[in-house]
Amino acid sequence: MKRSLLALLALTVPAFAAEDLTQPLAPQKQAWSFDGVTGAYDRGALQRGFQIYKEVCAACHSLNMVAFHDLAAPGGPGFTEAQAKVIAASYKIPAEPNDRGEIFDEKGNRLTRPGILADHFPPPFANEQAARASNGGALPPDLSLIVKARQGGPDYVYSIITGFNQKPPRGFAVQEGKYYNPYFAGRNISMPPPLNQGSVTFSDGTPPTVANEAKAVVTFLSWASEPQLEARHRLGMQVLAFLVLVAGLLFLSYRKIWHGKPEDEGVAHDLPGSPTEKAEVGDPDTLSGG
Amino acid sequence: MAHQSSYVPKTGFTRWLDQRLPIIRLVNDSFVTYPTPRNLNFWYVFGGILAVMLVVQIVSGIVLSMHYVPNADLAFGSVEQRIMREVNYGWLLRYIHANGASMFFLAVYVHIFRGLYYGSYKAPREILWILGVFIYLLMMATAFFGYVLPWGQMSFWGATVITSLFSAIDQVIPNLGTAITHWLWGDFAVGDATLNRFFSLHYLLPFVIAGVVGLHIWALHVPGNNNPLGIDVKGPQDTVPFHPFYTVKDGFYMVLFFIVFLGFVFYAPNFFGNPDNYIQANPLVTPPDIVPEWYLLPFYAMLRAIPSKLIGVLVLVGSLLTLLVVPWLDTSKVRSCRFRPLMKQLFWVFVADCLLLGYVGSQTADAAWHFGEAELPLVWLARLGTLYYFGFFWVLMPWIGKKEVTRPLPESIAQSVLAKGGH
Repeated sequence: MKRSLLALLALTVPAFAAEDLTQPLAPQKQAWSFDGVTGAYDRGALQRGFQIYKEVCAACHSLNMVAFHDLAAPGGPGFTEAQAKVIAASYKIPAEPNDRGEIFDEKGNRLTRPGILADHFPPPFANEQAARASNGGALPPDLSLIVKARQGGPDYVYSIITGFNQKPPRGFAVQEGKYYNPYFAGRNISMPPPLNQGSVTFSDGTPPTVANEAKAVVTFLSWASEPQLEARHRLGMQVLAFLVLVAGLLFLSYRKIWHGKPEDEGVAHDLPGSPTEKAEVGDPDTLSGG
Repeated sequence: MAHQSSYVPKTGFTRWLDQRLPIIRLVNDSFVTYPTPRNLNFWYVFGGILAVMLVVQIVSGIVLSMHYVPNADLAFGSVEQRIMREVNYGWLLRYIHANGASMFFLAVYVHIFRGLYYGSYKAPREILWILGVFIYLLMMATAFFGYVLPWGQMSFWGATVITSLFSAIDQVIPNLGTAITHWLWGDFAVGDATLNRFFSLHYLLPFVIAGVVGLHIWALHVPGNNNPLGIDVKGPQDTVPFHPFYTVKDGFYMVLFFIVFLGFVFYAPNFFGNPDNYIQANPLVTPPDIVPEWYLLPFYAMLRAIPSKLIGVLVLVGSLLTLLVVPWLDTSKVRSCRFRPLMKQLFWVFVADCLLLGYVGSQTADAAWHFGEAELPLVWLARLGTLYYFGFFWVLMPWIGKKEVTRPLPESIAQSVLAKGGH
C-alpha cells in the first residue's frame, strides 16, 4: 500500500512541477564497489581510473594531496612499489636549487628532476591565474577531495562527467564558451566534455566506453578523497563485533544484578535492595556477571 | 555528600590516607554507595554517557592538536593532508572527534529534554539545572570554535556569520557592534588572527566544561537524583547503591550508544558534515547556502525568522537565557509530567517544535512548502515555532502549573515499583 502510494507520487509529481532550469538535476544513482559496510575499491577500476586521470583530467586538474607512494599503499590502486617509482619518474618535478644555487637554466627555463615516491602529483598550472588564463577564466578545481566536497559524492561526479551531449531545453541560453550540463549548478559549465568513446586505451581490455571510463575515474577519485576507506571498513567490523560482544555480556550482568539469576526465569523477582532481599545486595555472587 | 558515609578504610595505608586526603571516601560515597532512586529508567543513562563523551572529545582533541596547525594557510592541509592521510590512524581520530561532537549534542539534548519532562529543574535542584545550562552554552561555544578549525568553506563562512551577529549592536550604539566584531576577529575580517584565537579557546573551553561538570555532579549529589515519579526519596527502601546497579545499567547503555556512535565513525563518517567544508576557505567565494551544524539549527531558524537583525539576535540570546529561569517559570507543585496530563502534551508539542525549527533552519531562507497552488513560506513556520518556544516557557509553564489538575502521586518510590512487579 505504502509502496504503491509512493509510486503514484513519483508519477504525479513531475507532471505538476515544471522543470526549473536554474536548478540542477539530481545526480544519477550508480552502484559502486566501495558502497556499503564491506565496500572496497575495485582494483582494476582504480588502475584504469588512474590512467584516465593521468591522460585526461591532469591536463587541467591538480591532485595536490596525493603522493606517488600512495599508488602502492594498501587499499589503493595496488601498483607495486617498482611500478609507482616508474610512474613517479615519468613526471617532471621543479628541482631544488643546484650546487650553484640556481633553479633556472641559462635560457631561463625552470630546472626539473624526475619525480620520486615522496613527491606529490605536480599541478598542471603554476598558479591560479595561469589556470584561469588557460580555461576561459574558470578555475579547474583540485581533485584531491572532489568526491567528498560535492553533495551527491561519486554519483555527482559521475553525472557531471557523463552529463554532456544533452540538448538544452528550449529557452535555455548556453553562455558563450560554456557547455550545457544539467547536473551542474546553473547548468552552464566551463569544462568541455572530458570523456569520449575511446579517450584512452585500457591495457586490461575493458571497452573504453564513456560509462566505463567515468566509472573508473570516479572510483579513482573516490579513493583519492578517502584513501583509508578499506582500512576503515575493516577496523569498523572488528570494533563493532567487539562492542556487540561486550554489550551482550553487560546485558547478562545487568539482568542478573537487577533481576536475580537468569536460570530462575519465570519467577517474579523482587528487586534486590528491598527489605526482604537486602542481604543479597553485597553478596559477591550477585555482583559477578551472568 | 548528603548521605552518611559508609566507607571503612581496611589497610594501614588507606586509614593514613583517609585522615589526610579522604579521596577514596569521596569516590566511594559518590560512585559506589551513593544511594540512587531504584526507579531510574532508560532516559537517565545519558548523564554518564555525556561524561564519557567529554573524555572522548578531550583525549581525541589533544592528540589531534599535536598534528594540527592553526594557520590560515596551513590549517586545511594539516587536517586533510596530514591528519587524514599521513598520521597513523589520524583519520580515525578526526572522524571520532567530528562525529563525537554530534553524538555529544545528541546525548545532551536527550538529557535536557529528560530533565524538562521529569521536572528535574525544580526545587531543590535549581542550581543543578543552571549549571547544566552553563555546560550546554559552553558546549555550543566550543563546538562553534572547533568547527572553524579545519578552515573549510563552511568553517570560514560560519565564523563570519556568527561573529557578525555582534554588529547588530550598531543599531543601538553606532559603531560599537562593528568595533566588537573587529575585536573578536583581531583583524578587519575573519582571518589568521581569528583562527588562532579560536584554536586557543577551543582548547581551553573543554577544561572549563569539565570543571562545571564537576560542580554539576556535586550539585546532583547533594539532593540526590530526581526520578521518573518526581517524588522525593523517603528512605533506604527507595534507593539502591549506585554500584553495581547503575554502573552496570549505565555501562550497558553506554556500549549501545558507542555502537551507534562508532557506526557513524566507521560507516558514515561524513553523515553530519557539510561537503562544502572539504573545500578550503576562500574569502572571495561565498557558498550558496551557509548552514550551521545540525545541533544549532533550531536557533538559526529563530534568528532568521525575525526580519530585524538586532531583534533576531536578541531572540536568539533570549531563547538560551530563558533556560536559566525555567525553575521559576514552572509553578507546578508536581515535578514529573507522568502526573501532569496537560503539561505532558505541551512538552511533546515543545519537542516537535524544536524538531520543526531544526528542519526550517536546515532549509534555505526563501524555502517554502507547496500545496498545489498554495505556498507556505517556511519563515512563517519558523515564526510560529519561535512563538511556541517562548510561549511554552513564559506563558504555558507558569499558567498551566497553577491551573492543571494533576494525577495523584504514589506514596513512595518503593511502593510504586513493587506494585508494578519489581521493574
